[in-house]
Amino acid sequence: MSTINRSVPKVDAKDKISGKMLYVSDLHIDGMYYAKTVRSTISKGFIKSITLPELPEEVTVVDYRDIPGKNNVKMIFEDWPVFAEKAISHYGEPIMLVVGPNKAIVQDVVNEIDIQYTLAEPVFDMVNSVVDYHFTKGNPESAFKNAKRTIKYTYETGYQEQAYIEPQGFIGTIEGNKVHLTGSIQAPYYVKNAVVETLACDPSDVRIVQANVGGAFGGKEEFPSLIGCQLAVALKKVKKPIKLIYEREEDMEVTTKRHPAKITMEAAIDENHHISAIKAHVGIDGGAFTGLSSVVLSRAMIAATSAYTIAHLQVDGDVYLTNTVPNGAFRGFGAPQMIFAVEMFMNHIAKDLSKDLHAYRLNHLAKQHDLTTTSGTFRDPILMPQMIEKACEMSDYHHKKTLYERPGSYKGIGMSWFLHGCGFTGSGEAEHIKAKVKLRKDEQDNVHLMIAAVDMGQGAKTTLMKVAAEVLKRPLETIHFDNPDTDQVPDSGPTVASRTAMVVGGLVARAAKQIKDNWVDGKVQTVHESYKQPEYMSWDQATFTGDAYPAYSWGVNVVEVEVDKASYEVTVKNIWSVYDVGKSLDDNIVLGQADGGTAQGVAYGYLEVMRHKDGKIVNKNMTDYVIPTAVDMAKTETVLFDNPFALGPYGAKGAGELTLVGGAPAVATAIEMAINKRIYKIPATPEYLMELIHSDNN
Amino acid sequence: MTTIKFTFNGKAIELTTDPSRRFLDVLRNDLRHTGPKEGCGEGECGACAVLINGHIVNSCILPLANVHQQEVMTIEAFSKTKRYAIIEEAFIHEGSVQCGICIPGMIIATESLLNKNPDPTESEIRIGLSGNLCRCTGYNMIVKAVQRAKERGRGLW
Repeated sequence: MSTINRSVPKVDAKDKISGKMLYVSDLHIDGMYYAKTVRSTISKGFIKSITLPELPEEVTVVDYRDIPGKNNVKMIFEDWPVFAEKAISHYGEPIMLVVGPNKAIVQDVVNEIDIQYTLAEPVFDMVNSVVDYHFTKGNPESAFKNAKRTIKYTYETGYQEQAYIEPQGFIGTIEGNKVHLTGSIQAPYYVKNAVVETLACDPSDVRIVQANVGGAFGGKEEFPSLIGCQLAVALKKVKKPIKLIYEREEDMEVTTKRHPAKITMEAAIDENHHISAIKAHVGIDGGAFTGLSSVVLSRAMIAATSAYTIAHLQVDGDVYLTNTVPNGAFRGFGAPQMIFAVEMFMNHIAKDLSKDLHAYRLNHLAKQHDLTTTSGTFRDPILMPQMIEKACEMSDYHHKKTLYERPGSYKGIGMSWFLHGCGFTGSGEAEHIKAKVKLRKDEQDNVHLMIAAVDMGQGAKTTLMKVAAEVLKRPLETIHFDNPDTDQVPDSGPTVASRTAMVVGGLVARAAKQIKDNWVDGKVQTVHESYKQPEYMSWDQATFTGDAYPAYSWGVNVVEVEVDKASYEVTVKNIWSVYDVGKSLDDNIVLGQADGGTAQGVAYGYLEVMRHKDGKIVNKNMTDYVIPTAVDMAKTETVLFDNPFALGPYGAKGAGELTLVGGAPAVATAIEMAINKRIYKIPATPEYLMELIHSDNN
Repeated sequence: MTTIKFTFNGKAIELTTDPSRRFLDVLRNDLRHTGPKEGCGEGECGACAVLINGHIVNSCILPLANVHQQEVMTIEAFSKTKRYAIIEEAFIHEGSVQCGICIPGMIIATESLLNKNPDPTESEIRIGLSGNLCRCTGYNMIVKAVQRAKERGRGLW
């Protein structure tokens, strides 16, 4: 068995520790200009007039009239303008950029611009559906008809902010017709394709380079395409180097967040108290523009029974547009909302039926060869029973449960079981992304990974370099991997969807094998590989039928909490996790993903509160939006199970998102035990707990 | 305009500028030291941390005037010290670094903590790091690195 999982020092650690690593805001070009964004101050309406102050010399404003191509940020639907023209759809919508050599003067101009609006009635409720999906498995109607009883609950989840510590930004230059943008991004080719459409230019006239990324978590998947397009338009007009860096409040007010969701689950219970069918409706709040919401919705719906197998299903979902900040990609991508609903629902059903929670859920757990929600097949071994046993043993779950279930303990231990589909949903990888990689061996026999994958802290550089080194049987020092530059590397797809180790890593391994098999000392050799869908996979996007993912990663989280009897404040005491990510490609890196992902997932369940008031984000800085500190974060203990996936490099599957998706239900079920009330929404704040504790019908 | 005199990374310097400017801007723009990062601009995240007379201070909420006659050290100079070498080894060994944007601040926080308390308990370490936000790691590997640094660096603090 490969020992690739043995940890090595991360290739970029030294530069990051010493502060030498430069991020986009650290980059300086002599004579550069600064850009600031002018934004709407209403949630819905029309621009009546814009009055500019007398512009100081060298200050330029840039708006939709300067766009040479389409006023649209290229994603899936065409509804997201680069700059607002007349209609305003959310508070903080970008209207123009002010660009000039002096940052303070640029800010003064922004402050003096007077925009008058005609107001319209904004929509904040989830009523305006723009995408609706439906699928069924088996025969849910008949199962519901034959049910002995039905059980139905609704679950709600709130916003979550990625809260990367480095705000979004780009720096750009222009030479002749060629625009060159360097930014904090996860998807260099998303930005490139969007800029090409906005500028209506030849693709060779746009060069996108990834700057070192100070955290992303999905927040730098699609949103940077918007900033990139705006800056490219400004570069065309101003013809000077321009830097555009968001400040924290701007970033938190206007960038994409995790979709708030409302999920209704209804179960048909048969004569053996078994769940024979589930009907689920998943509603997500897309905000003002569709963006990637339809894909987020798909992933949520496909996770409708998470780690369980239910024979008959009807799953419906809607993306609703509201006059609020657009929501988008965030680690987990729809799954955290759904898995919260599924886990709470399983617990609530077991309670309603007076069944032992643990045994009841075990009876429904998915097994190898079972059909997935979309009638595909779980082809690979599922180790969940052993993983659950391990988690119980590590946490002393059963013993603590007996202790904490006594009334008035205000202590709880909760558990979540979950899966995560690895890579893009359905045919995304084969039909849309078509990932390509290139490896180049130079005359010194150093091998360069020419790929578009982004290291945003998750360790992609070290991991993929290790894969190449291991295949080539060469020292890690002879492998090189620079930040992607679209002028140099082919499109290996965005760094999202827990696809990088499995998909891009798989291609790197194949390309490295080619080099190895044809190795000639001292000769320049270049090889290419492109993605081939596993032959067993078939997917029908119209009916959501078939294998939605090539593989699944699995996890168990156990969270122990104490609730303060007076303030209802929750303290997380301990977290234990067991994960099956196929094969770890570096234990320290995977355990780091586990710690960080679980921290985000657990905090999503009880700590992180973001709301809007009349469409305006209230918690718009790090003081008002609380993320865990070293004191809030409990000690974690994580165990990895080896379960190599035949098609992943050395058996690797996805890891990044898996570690987040189960955190919220684990902490929420722990809190339920502590207060002996049922939780239907997250974050489970002290205010909500107080409401529950003082309510008689819960 | 006022002239502010301070010791910057071991050298006496004078700056004649608006004394109310944020010290972080002076560091990054005038002195071109980009080790201190701007994460939040309101003293909440600690990415901009520097040492003033050996104690951690968030430079984003510090007016330049406040460093007058003080000793300022940024990560750029601290990274040349023996103590740093111990902390660096510990952070690499424990896998404590992900995106890295918070790490220079974490290193400054570690130095400031060990300076005050060379033998902190786990809980004291967590409190000592609680002014520095990290969104990637969940902190455990950073806490372990500080524990390793204090063990391997005994006598240095």
